Amino acid sequence: MSTHDPVRFVAKNMRLDLELIARTIAPGSRVLDIGCGDGALIDKLFTEKGCDARGIEIDMAEVTHAVAHGLPVMHGDADLDLAHYPDAAFDYVVLSRTLQAVEQPRAVLRQMLRIGTRAVVSFPNFGHWLVRWQLLWTGRMPMTATWSRPWHETPNIHPCTIRDFFDLCETEGYVVETWLAVDDAGQRGPWRRFRRLANLFGEQGLFVLRRA
Amino acid sequence: MDQTPALTDIAHTSVTFDDGIVLDCGVTLPSHTVAFRTYGTLNSERSNAVLVCHALTGDQYVAEESPVTGKPGWWDQVVGPGRPVDTNRFFVIGVNVLGGCMGSTGARSIKEDGSGERWGTDFPPVTIRDMVRAQKQLIDHLGIKRLFAAIGGSMGGMQVLQWAATYPDAVFAALPIATAAYHSAQNIAFNEVGRQAIFADPNWHNGQYWRDGSIPARGLAVARMCAHITYLSEEALTRKFGRRLQGARKDSAEVLALFGEMFEVESYLRHQGSIFVQRFDANAYLTITRACDYFDLAADYGGDLANAFRGSKTRFLLASFSSDWLYPTAESRSIARALNRAGANVSFVEFPTDKGHDAFLLDEPDFHRTLAGFLRGCAMHAGLTA
Repeated sequence: MSTHDPVRFVAKNMRLDLELIARTIAPGSRVLDIGCGDGALIDKLFTEKGCDARGIEIDMAEVTHAVAHGLPVMHGDADLDLAHYPDAAFDYVVLSRTLQAVEQPRAVLRQMLRIGTRAVVSFPNFGHWLVRWQLLWTGRMPMTATWSRPWHETPNIHPCTIRDFFDLCETEGYVVETWLAVDDAGQRGPWRRFRRLANLFGEQGLFVLRRA
Repeated sequence: MDQTPALTDIAHTSVTFDDGIVLDCGVTLPSHTVAFRTYGTLNSERSNAVLVCHALTGDQYVAEESPVTGKPGWWDQVVGPGRPVDTNRFFVIGVNVLGGCMGSTGARSIKEDGSGERWGTDFPPVTIRDMVRAQKQLIDHLGIKRLFAAIGGSMGGMQVLQWAATYPDAVFAALPIATAAYHSAQNIAFNEVGRQAIFADPNWHNGQYWRDGSIPARGLAVARMCAHITYLSEEALTRKFGRRLQGARKDSAEVLALFGEMFEVESYLRHQGSIFVQRFDANAYLTITRACDYFDLAADYGGDLANAFRGSKTRFLLASFSSDWLYPTAESRSIARALNRAGANVSFVEFPTDKGHDAFLLDEPDFHRTLAGFLRGCAMHAGLTA
C-alpha cells in the first residue's frame, strides 16, 4: 500500500450519487459501505437515518480523515477483507462506483450478498453514447469526464455497461429489486422501462440486489 | 555503571485490596496494592472514565512529572487539558500494573509472611489477564461500572484487548495501539536476550541483589539496550545517527579502536541503558516481560481470536505505525479482521512514520487527531455530553 498511492475513481457527482444510494436504504439498518472514502455516506446514514453504518476504505489518508471525524472506518480492500465478515451481518452492503476497480467483481458481489441481505451497487456505465462514439470515431480508448484516465493508468480495470450488469445478475441468480440510470447531471434518468436507452444515455447505473 | 543508585522506594498513591486475588498461575495473593493516578473529574454519572494502560516499562504517571525521573509524563502529549484524551472532559486513570515496580505489588514488595523479605524471584508469574483483574478491582473501588474507554500502546494495548474480552460490558470504547494479540517467537526471543543479560550479571545474586545493596545494572542496561533497538526503526536510527562517529575524531588510529564508544548510536544506547536502571527493577522486568510472552488471547478462546469478542458492543480503534516491526501493522490487521468476524464495530488505521514502535509515544499529529476524533465520535454514541 505504501509503495504507491492507490488511484481512486473520482465520481463526477459524488454527492448526488450518495444521495440516491441513501434513498434506497431503510432507516435503522445495519450498513457496510465498501470504498467509503471520507465516510460521507455513513455519516449521512447515521445522522439522518439512525443506521449502524460502517466503512471500509483502501486509501489510508481517507481512512484517517474518516476516523478523525468519529466515523467507524477501517483500512481494507474489497477484494481481500469481505471474506472476514460473518454471513448476514448487514442489511445493506454498499459499493459506490468501485465495482469497476476491484480485481474480482464477481467474487466481490458474491461476498456482498453473503454478508448482507441486500447489495447496493453503483457503477459508471461504459455503454454511454459518448464512450461508444469516441471508440467508434477515433478508434482510440475513450477519454471522457467520467473515464478520465489513459488506459495504462486507469484503476478501472473492469468497466461494464448497464446491460452487462443485468446479464451478470441473471447469471449469478441475483434478484434486481430496483435499478435506475443516472444522467450526466447526476439526476435520475427517465429511461427506466427501456434498458437499451438507459444503457445509451445513463452516465451510471444504480442497482439494489438480493439473493434469489 | 556499578555505582548506579538503585530504584528507591517512594510513596505512591495506591489502594490495597485485602480480599485476595487468584492469579492465572494458581497462586492467591491474599492482599495486593494497586498504585494509580487520576486526572480530570469523574462526572456524577461516573460515565467519563478513561483507563490508560501502560507499556512494559511505563507507569501510572501518564500526564505529570514522574517522581522518580523528574521527567514529564510518558503520554503528556496525548493526555491532558485540550489533548486528544482531554482531561477537561474525561476522568483519566493511570495504573501501575500488577508485577510492576512503581507502587503496585510486585517482586520488590515485601512478602506478607511476616519475614520482612522482598518477593524477589519468588514472586508468582503474572499474566496480562492478572494485571487487568487488578485494574478491574480498582475501577470497582472507584465506583465505576463502565469505562468510557480503555486505551494503551504496546503491552498497554494487550491489556486493552484483555479488558474488552474479559469485561465487554465494562468498556464502551477500546483503543489497542501498536500491539498484538499474542507474543510472536521473535518477540519472545528479544525478551529472552534481555532476561539472560540480567541473569548473567555478577550482581544478579539469584535475584536477591538487594541484600548487599547492589543491582544487576549492567544486565538490566543491556536488556534495555536490546529492547530499545526493537522500539526504533532502521530508518530512524539512520536518520538520527547514521554512521557518525562519537566526537567526530579525525585520527584514523583512534577511529579504528576496537572498544569504546566509537559510533554515536553506541553512545545513545548506553545512555538509554544507564538511565533505565535508575528507574526500573530487574525482577519486575523479568515478571513483566514474561507476562507479555505468555500473552496469547486467541489461545484462551479456542484458538480463534474472534471468539474473544463475539457479541461485543464495544467500539474499537486499532492503530498501528508503518515502521513498527515489533508489533507490525499485520498484527493490528489480524485483530481488526477477528473483530470483523465477531461482528464488532471496528476502526483501523495505520499511520505512516519512520519512528518505529515508539511512534505511539511521540509527536504524531495524524495519530493524535485520529484519537481525538474517534473519542469524540464515541462520546456522541455514548451520550456523553461535553
